[in-house]
Order: sequence, then C-alpha cells, then structure tokens
Amino acid sequence: MLSILKILGVFSLLSIMAIGGGTSVLPEMKTLTIDQQHWLTEAQFRDIYSIGQIAPGPNMLMVIVIGYHVAGAGGALAAFLAFFIPCCIIALIVSRLWLRFEKSAWCLPVQQGMAPIVVGLMLAGMIAIARTAITNQTTLAFAAVVFIVLYFGKKINPALLILAGGLLGFIFVTYLPQIPF
Amino acid sequence: MSDAASESTGAPAAPMKEVSIWEIFLTFLIIGGTSFGGGVVAYLRNSLVSTKEWLNEDEFLTVLEISQTLPGLNATNMAVLVGDRLRGIPGAIAGFVGMTLPGSIMVFVLGLVYASNSHNPTINAVLKGIGAASVGLLLAVTLKIGHKQLEHYVDIILVSVTLILVSFMHVSLVIVLLTVGPIAVFLYRPRNLSRDKSGTDKKAAD
Repeated sequence: MLSILKILGVFSLLSIMAIGGGTSVLPEMKTLTIDQQHWLTEAQFRDIYSIGQIAPGPNMLMVIVIGYHVAGAGGALAAFLAFFIPCCIIALIVSRLWLRFEKSAWCLPVQQGMAPIVVGLMLAGMIAIARTAITNQTTLAFAAVVFIVLYFGKKINPALLILAGGLLGFIFVTYLPQIPF
Repeated sequence: MSDAASESTGAPAAPMKEVSIWEIFLTFLIIGGTSFGGGVVAYLRNSLVSTKEWLNEDEFLTVLEISQTLPGLNATNMAVLVGDRLRGIPGAIAGFVGMTLPGSIMVFVLGLVYASNSHNPTINAVLKGIGAASVGLLLAVTLKIGHKQLEHYVDIILVSVTLILVSFMHVSLVIVLLTVGPIAVFLYRPRNLSRDKSGTDKKAAD
C-alpha cells in the first residue's frame, strides 16, 4: 500500500510538470525512480522507455511498466492514473477558460517565455535517454544515422527506424557478439 | 455525415453536429491504436479535420496550442479537449480512454513479458537498439520544434540555462520551472498595453 502511495505521489508530480510533453520530465523521472526511490536500474529504465516506444499512442505509457515493476497490477494502474489524469484535468479547466486567458496581455509572454524552456527540457530528456542507451561507438553511430535520416531526409515514419533499432540490436547480439553494442 | 447545411449558417462554430460518445471513443481508439512512432499530431489532424470534420483548421490549431501550452502529453490533452468540445465531460472521458486504451494494453502485455525476461541479453540488446534510435528521433523532433528558439540570443540563453541546470547540474525540475520560468516570462513581459502584432515583438526582449 505504501508503494502505491509513493507511485501516486511520484507520477502525479511528474504529470503537472510535464510542460511540453513527456520528454521534458524524463530526467526528473530518472532521478525519482532510480536515485531516490531505487525502483529501477539505469538499464531497466532504458528498457522500459524502449517498450513505450514500441507501443502505439503516447510513449509515456511506459509509466505503466514502471508501476507494474514496483507494485504489480495495482502499481501499473496507479502509475497510469497518476501520470495521465492530473494534467488532463488541468487541460480541461484551462481550455474552458481559454478565451479569458487568450485576451490577457500575459498570454503571449507566457508562451514566448516557456517555448525555449520546453526546448531545453526536451534536449535534457534526449540526453537522459542517451546516457542509458548510447554506451559505445556502435549505438552512437546508429543514433546519428537516425537523426540524419529524420532531420534531413524525406518524410519517413519514425516507427520504422525504431524497429530498425531493435533489429540492429538483435543482429549485433546474435551474430556479432565480438562487437560491443 | 449530416453537415451539408453548416456552411450556410454564419453562426459561430457552436457545438457543431451531435456526435455520439461511442463515435468519439472509436475515433480516438483508432488514432491511439495506429499512431506509432510519435507523430500523433499528424494523425489527429488527418482524422479530426480531414476525415471527421469535427474541427476546422483554425479550431484544430487553437486546441493544439492549448494542448502544447499546458502540461501533459499532446495526444491525451487533445483527446480530452476535442471530446469536451463535442460532448462535454463524457466526451472528454471517451476521447481519453480511446486514446490510451490500445497502447496501455500493449505496454502492459509487453511489461509482463519483460518482467520475466529482464535479464535476457537478447531482449536487452533489442531494447537498447530501440533506445539508441529514440535518441536520434528525440533530437530530430526537438530541433524541428525548436529551430525558432535557436535563432534569437535570449532564447538560446534560456534553452542553454535550462539544459545545463537539468542535465549537468541535476537541479530538481520544480526549482528549474519556478526560477527560469518567471525570468523567461519577465523577459517577454508586455511592454505596452497595446499588443503589436508586427513581428517586432521578439526584439522587445533585447
């Protein structure tokens, strides 16, 4: 029961801080789940993040796996509700008052001021995952290729590159065990 | 669809046509079950604006703007806001459940498989490869969203300060949001009571 309460606390806090989406809270989620609560190791965090990437819909559904890991099915449900419900309630309330917010002289400054913070937080989220998944030259090279293809290439569904990453991992561990991956 | 008459009425895009709760649920269920790889906004626009015509382009952009300004994931915020506009709270719940149900079930099943194989080297390598791909994906997405923020020096400083505090000094996110946030808003504070829309507003921060 205590662990369920902790799950509710950790993920509802993350929920209301998720400015700009789930990526923004990845560094804080790592700190809370690995360093503070000792629920996961770095490698488990990376694995669970990757599981979230495979499934359709919001990839932050990964919190379900963290909750399950900590406290079974009840933990999974608690993590899901805590992470997804608070921000949705805020969105619902603010959206109904939006016309009033929009007229305020402070609406544009808030949006302009928060935009660079969101970019900084997203870069920090990327680094948080990189620290767990980029551990040698092979993974670094692959991440670079994915970036170049998506940023400079023609429109390609990112899901294909995610699948390619999994396939590459399988090939390296099965057929090229002498090369670090 | 029975919206042939909607164009002739000059009324503000009021609660549109009556959409059933079930249809809201099904629509978001399909989006939630097919949006692989992150780009959920494209799926949403395609379905809500083009196919279903529940929103016009302007309304879609407004809902998107609200979703992006507020905390939370775009996908679920959009589902809640669009559901709410169509049918109030029950619509919001239908949109939310539809959006998250397919992925939740799949993630939960994968989590069960992972729980009993978390030390399997092959599974670890596959997931590590996916993690590495995600890093490239996250960087591409961030730079595409953020390239405007990397042109003006005030923005570059705010991006850098946030990044350094979070990634390298490991300052708690609450503290970062409560310090850098107000400073950033202050830098862009309204100078005159009249908001000029002339595109010079960025320079006001100099």
